[in-house]
Amino acid sequence: MNQEANQNLESFSYDDKIVRWFTYATLLWGAVAMLLGVTIAFQLAYWKLNMGLEWLTFGRLRPLHTNAAIFAFVGNGMFAGVYYSLQRLCKARLFNDLLSKLHFWGWQLIIVSAAISLPLGMTTGKEYAELEWPIDIAITVVWVIFAVNFFGTLIRRRERHIYVAIWFYIATIVTVAVLHIVNSISIPVSLMKSYSIYAGAQDALIQWWYGHNAVAFFLTTPILGLMYYFVPKAANRPVYSYRLSIVHFWSLVFIYIWAGPHHLLYTALPEWLQTVGMVFSVALWAPSWGGMINGLLTLRGKWSEVRTNPVLKFLATAVTFYGMSTFEGPLLSVKSVNSVAHFTDWVIGHVHAGTIGWNYMLTAGMLYYLVPKLWKTKIYSIALANFQFWTATIGLFFYIVSMWIAGVTQGMMWRAIDGETGTLVYPNFIETVTQIIPMYWVRAIGGTLVLISFLVMIYNLLKSIAASKSDLKEEIYQAPALSANTATGHRKLEGLPMIFTVLVLLSIIVGTVVEITPTFLANRFFVKSDSITPYTPLELLGRDVFIKEGCYTCHSQMVRPMVSEQLRYGKPSHISESRYDHPFQWGSRRIGPDLARVGSKYPHMWHYRHMLNPRHMTHDSIMPNYPWLARKKIHYDVLEKKMRVMQALGVPYSDSEVASSVEDAQYQANEIADILAQSGVDKSVADKEIVALISYLQRLGSEVAEGITDQEVEE
Amino acid sequence: MNVLYFAIPIALLLGVVFLGFFIWATRSGQYDDLDTPSYKILLDDKEIEPEKGKNYESRS
Ligand code: HEC
Repeated sequence: MNQEANQNLESFSYDDKIVRWFTYATLLWGAVAMLLGVTIAFQLAYWKLNMGLEWLTFGRLRPLHTNAAIFAFVGNGMFAGVYYSLQRLCKARLFNDLLSKLHFWGWQLIIVSAAISLPLGMTTGKEYAELEWPIDIAITVVWVIFAVNFFGTLIRRRERHIYVAIWFYIATIVTVAVLHIVNSISIPVSLMKSYSIYAGAQDALIQWWYGHNAVAFFLTTPILGLMYYFVPKAANRPVYSYRLSIVHFWSLVFIYIWAGPHHLLYTALPEWLQTVGMVFSVALWAPSWGGMINGLLTLRGKWSEVRTNPVLKFLATAVTFYGMSTFEGPLLSVKSVNSVAHFTDWVIGHVHAGTIGWNYMLTAGMLYYLVPKLWKTKIYSIALANFQFWTATIGLFFYIVSMWIAGVTQGMMWRAIDGETGTLVYPNFIETVTQIIPMYWVRAIGGTLVLISFLVMIYNLLKSIAASKSDLKEEIYQAPALSANTATGHRKLEGLPMIFTVLVLLSIIVGTVVEITPTFLANRFFVKSDSITPYTPLELLGRDVFIKEGCYTCHSQMVRPMVSEQLRYGKPSHISESRYDHPFQWGSRRIGPDLARVGSKYPHMWHYRHMLNPRHMTHDSIMPNYPWLARKKIHYDVLEKKMRVMQALGVPYSDSEVASSVEDAQYQANEIADILAQSGVDKSVADKEIVALISYLQRLGSEVAEGITDQEVEE
Repeated sequence: MNVLYFAIPIALLLGVVFLGFFIWATRSGQYDDLDTPSYKILLDDKEIEPEKGKNYESRS
């Protein structure tokens, strides 16, 4: 190329092929994620849509939906946008084409394995971290590949200043890696089953630290980076205040990480921690709004164009929803608001304002900007893009409003106490469910509109791509090399891909070691106490059925210390009660009632009939049928291994208890089967999963931690 | 809540890492000029040997 023209100029090209691949993946998985969302939305409105098939029940599809939306849809969109903008901002090609490809295919493979394993019931039972340990390791590896590719590019940059968007990407890469590894630490029982090393309140804390920061550093910071790149580019105007964007970044990074405990207000978590979570959450409001205002003011003087240009229209709407969600978030973190809203659909509405309003809208704007550039083509139809915009906006409106009404209604009904008698106004939980079923229909229709809008975009973009006449040859650009004073350190590394390879390997090894040999850490997080007995072997197996079926997606196990909850469920949950719970199952949503105190509330037979068809016992129930539980045999073969892992995690099982675990479990199963047989159930039920599940349910709350003082637990 | 002995240091460590980034960014002059970077990203790259028959319409 024209190297002679200027000694200093270097020629380079951009790897846009990988961006195109990630674009296709975004479209594909976006549609899948939304289709799953619509499916489970209709399942709540109309229980028969659970189809009577175990793989399609709400409890199994809901984790698939959330994982697909976050990691498959937003993930691929983020990678597309990051790789596109990073190269331009650095004036450098991506570090290594092979790493880019490994990143792409590795990520798709992870998504496919999630799509297979979650419906099969292979799950850790920790929200948004449901994937089992081999997939967790794969995520770590692919993330490291992404990181090496990213930082390699950054080091080779030809632009001295690191634009603010890149800082947001850096925060994402570093933090997500740490969160993922820390939260996924577990001990495998078998290839697709493991137990978290944390238990009870400890697990809850780590999980929601992760859960909240997955929202912060996977769904927010990278997308903010994209906002700071694509909004100015699309509007062809500099960001309103660059200074403010820098402040926005650093304040978010330092505050976000402390806000996690707001997911655990009024739980058995220590009071001061809850307060920390609340204070930091409220503090987040200021920088978030600074960012929103910065984004919107970038469009000043461009508002007429926002009306006609789909790119700007989607981007402006996304930023507005960012503002809305970051106002609602701190509001929901205020304890008094939280006491009504927690466990209700209000929170579901809140997250969808974020994922649809902010993530989907921003991704759509970005794709409408990118596709013409990547394929050298024009948008096929502006009218279709407008149609998409309005369908999505109206759908989202239905979604948010219906969930807000449902949430507030149900929250108020749960807590309503008759002033004279001092009893619950709606003692039957199901009343509070049937009340909001109409809202479930509205939400499902809103979700369908959003799905339709997305399909319209796919059509529109594929048509645009098909019209491309370009051979997509890479263009050659020139830019001066980075001036020597800043480059020396970096330049050395640049020529040494080997060093990076070694670094990757090292991180992989560290990641793996941390993932699978954490035993020695476990004992330290564990408080020995005799006041709570661990689960019997059969209960442990039943608990695994509970986790496998995703019962936690509809049922909490956490009675909060409020009068109404005590009237409805019983004594508030105590931190010590879940101390052997690897993983914890406190839950986050009460589509059905809390189960922390359900033990001995009903006879075995009630549960048996209820699990086969909940409508036998509660006429208007929306809980799925679980007939296969009465058919599938209990897996006794892994029981001893499970017990041993629990023992390694510090659960005080004696060696003889482990050795006789199968016998003990079968004995207890026979006892339950005998009682069921009195009501006419065939005795062969004794070795079926339903018996294990019943033993677990009957155990819940039976040991209300009476004599335990807080000190004993807090030590 | 023994896990706090583990969780808080990790959260602090993350904070320290970012503090390190921040100090590096300030020291190395990243924030000396907070006006031009926002304009600079708007300039499209200098392309050489442009090919014929291409569609540049979508360029902003
Ligand atoms: C789609 C959400 C949903 C899922 C998934 C779900 N349930 Fe339910 N569950 C409900 C609803 C709603 C009720 C209240 C109506 C009723 O009694 O059936 C309920 C009630 C119950 C009750 C009675 C609680 C009481 O105090 O009366 C038990 C026990 C129960 N579920 C256990 C389970 C188990 C075990 C699983 C997993 C195998 C499960 N549920 C999965 C929605 C769900």
